[in-house]
Amino acid sequence: MLKPAQTRGPEDLPAASLTAVKGRKVRTAVRGDQTFRWLTFFCSLLVPLVMLAIGLELLLSSWPAVKQFGWGFFFSQEWNPVLQEFGAASSIFGTLVSTLIAMFIAVPLSLAIALFLVELAPPRVSRTVGTLIELLAAVPSIIYGMWGLFVFAPFMARYVQPVLGETLGFLPLFQGPPLGIGMLTAGIILAFMVLPFISAITRDVFQLVPPVVKESAFGMGATTWEVTYKVTIPYGLVGIIGAVFLGLGRALGETMAVTFVIGNAHRISASLFAPGNTIASTLANEFSEATEPLYVSSLVALGLVLYLITYLVQVVSQMMLRRMYRAWSVGL
Amino acid sequence: MKLRPPTGRRLANLVVSLWAGASALIGMVILFWILYVVVSRGLGALNLDFFTHLPTPPGMSGGGLANAIVGTLVLTAAATLLAVPIGLMAGIYLAEFSEDSKAGDYSRFSANVLMGMPSIIVGVFAYTLVVVPLGNFSGYAGALALAILMLPVITRTTEDMLRLVPNTLRESALALGAPRWKVTLVIVFRAAKGGLITGVLLAVARVSGETAPLLFTALNSPYWFHSLGEPTPNLTVTIFNYAMSPYPDWQQKAWGASLLITVGVLIITVLARFFLREKKV
Repeated sequence: MLKPAQTRGPEDLPAASLTAVKGRKVRTAVRGDQTFRWLTFFCSLLVPLVMLAIGLELLLSSWPAVKQFGWGFFFSQEWNPVLQEFGAASSIFGTLVSTLIAMFIAVPLSLAIALFLVELAPPRVSRTVGTLIELLAAVPSIIYGMWGLFVFAPFMARYVQPVLGETLGFLPLFQGPPLGIGMLTAGIILAFMVLPFISAITRDVFQLVPPVVKESAFGMGATTWEVTYKVTIPYGLVGIIGAVFLGLGRALGETMAVTFVIGNAHRISASLFAPGNTIASTLANEFSEATEPLYVSSLVALGLVLYLITYLVQVVSQMMLRRMYRAWSVGL
Repeated sequence: MKLRPPTGRRLANLVVSLWAGASALIGMVILFWILYVVVSRGLGALNLDFFTHLPTPPGMSGGGLANAIVGTLVLTAAATLLAVPIGLMAGIYLAEFSEDSKAGDYSRFSANVLMGMPSIIVGVFAYTLVVVPLGNFSGYAGALALAILMLPVITRTTEDMLRLVPNTLRESALALGAPRWKVTLVIVFRAAKGGLITGVLLAVARVSGETAPLLFTALNSPYWFHSLGEPTPNLTVTIFNYAMSPYPDWQQKAWGASLLITVGVLIITVLARFFLREKKV
């Protein structure tokens, strides 16, 4: 591994000996270097400071709502700005359900794409397809929203939901009128949005598995699928879990696309066809219109919940990925 | 030689291979579907007026989104000006000075976490930090939110790119008597130029399509951009408002704006990759 900056700057040498040699010029150079070092240090400190400041600020601003509603905030389905009654249950429920749908679709798809890119496609095809899949991540959220609302939701209502209703309609999950907009559509669009993030890292993981390990399995007559399933995936499991959590964090906080297609109803429904809402979509829809202090504070409290959830998910993801890269950089 | 029909293990392998190919195809179909829809619906909205005129009131046809185009450019530029120097400096510390430092570890970790922080949360933060004390929605709050989103991207790419520069280069410069800051800013930066540009471009691409952090910071405005001290017109929030409106003319404008944003973001992304590739060769 490349060890950066092993060289010793003038600041590491005893200043006295340097001054003895060259006098004033070196002293200014030393001072310049120290200033530079401190300046860069301060800037790098800003990153964690901003992150902590966000959490602190959210906590402070949500305090009135926390005091007013207490733990009941999490369990109440009530959301009535007129009566000043606020509860987070439907938003949290919607966030979790839409994310669950997204992961249910995105994880198998991403793993399969990574498998295709690493093991099956010829190098040129792999590069082109890989780039195109990565471009999916570059498309802004609001564009997914426009496409979702005007094209994909009608498509779901016309072709997908009626079929699901007929075949799986005995489950409460797939009952109700096929509106197009709703939890299921939001979840599917979320899946497309997080797919490039998961597949990019999974591809790296697959590529980082030492060829010797794979080749020994191939040598014993295993098929590509058997090598992947019995060697590559167990070998890179930590990294894959990290990638999945990274995608999970993205899906939880994704805002605009979901706001366009989820229907924005403060309601918990058993059916995935029904409109719902998520924390992020509630914030996007109502924040700029909220005037009452308690209303604003309740919205910020929703934001705080989202902050805490995504923070936890991100921490898990980073720990997993770091563990993997550290273990592998040693050569194991 | 006769081929046996695949059974058992070989059948499983075939099914999985097909599934993998199909998955890659699904991903590409979605990308091209979105691009096709955006281009085919957006092209009709684009004309000279779109780029030169102010929006018209609902129901009246004509007009354009010139103010929002200018506003988006200004907001992105302001955020870039704020985030780039800080991000570069932070990246320098992580790459050049953070050996065995706990603070460096924590900063790197935070940058990774901050990169995954939902942008709407950053919007709420900018709202409570800037909009509430000042008492009105402003471009400053919007630019701050965007800058916070850019910061970790620039920091992490800068670090990665500086680490790719071989140490011999630093050593030779230091041996010639150059002070450390000069070595970093003149020698190492020049060696890592392509990569640094990539980092900045990726960050710009990331925020120029952002809507959520602007919704309640910069808000939006039907007038020309005056100063960052007031609500600032921008394309993405305009798309949101227009798309949700019942007027076909506004919805068409939303598609025009979508096309503009998509093309802009994709061009910047492709440029960023181009600079990265140039660096590797």
